Amino acid sequence: MEFFERFAIPHPSPMIYASMVAIALVTIAIAVGITYFKKWGYLWSEWLTTTDHKRIGIMYIISALLMLFRGGADAVMMRLQTAVPENAFLDAQHYNEVFTTHGVVMIIFMAMAFIIGLMNFVIPLQIGARDVAFPRLNALSFWLYFAGAMLFNISFVIGGSPDAGWTNYYPLANNEFSPSVGVNYYNWALQISGIGTLMTGINFIVTILKMRAPGMTLMKMPMFVWSGLITNVIIVFAFPVLTIALLMGTFDRQLGTFFFATTDGGMDMMWANLFWIWGHPEVYILILPAFGIYSQIISTFSERNLYGYKSMVASMVLISLLSFLVWLHHFFTMGQGALTNSIFSVTTMAIAVPTGIKIFNWLLTMWKGKIRFTTPMMYSIAFIPLFTIGGVTGVMLGIASADYQYHNTMFLVAHFHNVIIPGVVFAMIAGLIYWWPKMFGFMLNEKIGKWAFWFITVGFCFSFFPMYITGLDGQARRMYTYSESTGFGPLNMLSFFGAGLMAIGFAVLVYNIYYSFRKSPRNIGDDPWNGGRSLEWATHNPVPEYNFAVTPHVISSEALWDQKKRGHQIFRDKIEKIHMPNNTGWPIMVAGLFFVFGFSFIFNIWAGVILSAIAIFGFMGYRSFEKDDGRYISVEEIKETEDKFGGANK
Amino acid sequence: MRELFPMKQVNGFIFSLLLTVIALSVYFLDMSFELGITILLITAFVQAGVQLIIFMHAGEGEDSKTIYTTLYYGVFIALATVFGSLLAMVWGYF
Repeated sequence: MEFFERFAIPHPSPMIYASMVAIALVTIAIAVGITYFKKWGYLWSEWLTTTDHKRIGIMYIISALLMLFRGGADAVMMRLQTAVPENAFLDAQHYNEVFTTHGVVMIIFMAMAFIIGLMNFVIPLQIGARDVAFPRLNALSFWLYFAGAMLFNISFVIGGSPDAGWTNYYPLANNEFSPSVGVNYYNWALQISGIGTLMTGINFIVTILKMRAPGMTLMKMPMFVWSGLITNVIIVFAFPVLTIALLMGTFDRQLGTFFFATTDGGMDMMWANLFWIWGHPEVYILILPAFGIYSQIISTFSERNLYGYKSMVASMVLISLLSFLVWLHHFFTMGQGALTNSIFSVTTMAIAVPTGIKIFNWLLTMWKGKIRFTTPMMYSIAFIPLFTIGGVTGVMLGIASADYQYHNTMFLVAHFHNVIIPGVVFAMIAGLIYWWPKMFGFMLNEKIGKWAFWFITVGFCFSFFPMYITGLDGQARRMYTYSESTGFGPLNMLSFFGAGLMAIGFAVLVYNIYYSFRKSPRNIGDDPWNGGRSLEWATHNPVPEYNFAVTPHVISSEALWDQKKRGHQIFRDKIEKIHMPNNTGWPIMVAGLFFVFGFSFIFNIWAGVILSAIAIFGFMGYRSFEKDDGRYISVEEIKETEDKFGGANK
Repeated sequence: MRELFPMKQVNGFIFSLLLTVIALSVYFLDMSFELGITILLITAFVQAGVQLIIFMHAGEGEDSKTIYTTLYYGVFIALATVFGSLLAMVWGYF
């Protein structure tokens, strides 16, 4: 019986039992539904085994949306708990678990997946490629991410969630203070999905450097591709640090080492140091693609070239370098001296300079432009002032001496949500709506979309601006309740109200997808926003499997715009047979084995660890000797598809 | 014959053997810890450079610019991380 006790929840409550039942019912319902509609074969051959970058991108985005709702539910629970003083909705332990999973899910499994999903879908199209450089590796990346995400999400029904915060600081996260398997889940879920992210990074660097259309020099790439390139460079340099830190944490917790111990020569703050060496570049991994998306949208809907292309690129390169030089500002209060803090304080404030350049470039792009207030454009316009507020409070936090006052308060919470929500989340929603017609062949309803926009934006302001005030008044973050005499009550209630508005906004967004799926017209043409400037709008809608029937030729940085206005010719070659990668079940099976490996390791089931490890190596060995040269799409088949869309050279 | 003989590679090979011998001497000769570590660090980095440039052909081919840029970027980040960590964890307390 002892074996099974490990899988029990250490701290159960009716809510967790209810979610167990809900998870079981939803799983059964999905399985029954797929069987009833006889979709297993379709699902397997078209989606689960696909190596098509567009489908992988869409799967990333769907998973990210699911995780958004998981993390969002956590957020609403936290706001509900703190809405009134002395609330008993969640107890301390549950509150710890909720804010920990909220952070991890939102950063690692929602935001990362969303940006990687958009990069997957958009970047090969924008550079005129047929797929990424390593399509099978790309599929493996997705499935590893998915395995990690699922592993993390079962934690709260099997064995207990991590509860040491998304930063997982030691010594709190060691065996003495976190005895349940929660932190093991944290280590392995992040480890497995992190391997996937690292492979994505390598994949996209190679794709962007080696697979651009003829004529597209580096300085003629669309801005989203530039941001993708720089982001992936940061991924490749930052993620190995996380890998090692997590491994050291695993060793400490499960194999008896003392890396992050307070005794025997261990350094507990070394975890914080390593975590933020990864963690700070990580926030730029999230925000740079967002900047790229805004650059595309603002330029499209202002009908102007992006202002200051070169300075945009230069400032992103500078941000990527500076992002590796500031990590210590996350623990100014650790106890190091004034000199050390000053150095990192200066580098932190320096980041405001390239970011400021970008803000002015966007404003000047809109200057005298013919602005159209479409939904993606409204998110982009709202982003500029809101993100600037977040940036300015960031500079406040960057002043080391003042940070002693703000540190660990709701002020900090308000700051980073103020940069992440208008920065990253708005960009992801805007990008999703902007590229939606390319993905699915119909537009999302603008009117409902704008309702969602107003709910989310106003809700955001109500949720997070009160936290600046309570934070300065001394409300600590991560406290599950507070007494009435503190006076934090009313402002926290306002936050809860804002969170409710945001929840309604996201519900409207989902309703919009349903509504538009039913009602939107399907004959929208290749450039439905009627202002597309880069190559993704030059191909058909929805995009055929091979992306471009003939390889595009590029002369300027605004390839499609210049074809429309200046008579440049993008498609000039004859149709030839196209080489495409085969579908394969290998990635999903390997990721499944990684899931078993991670799960076994979390619970110290060594037989499972050894067997799954052998199986993983077996699969890798099989792959080494497998011969798979892909397949060709014949000229006739391409012509047939193209005729359906109305010709290759229209 | 002269054009066919891979002079650069042979010289590089001899040079890297020499570096190995110098590094090995740290073990066999009696010297202070600081001197030994200094010798090891220098020979290790020179060795890595020799391998990259001569035997992994970093400078040849059309991608050499990209490879060198990435290399410099990596070295910069490695140095920043190592010295920053030392500053944060060891030196910064006064």
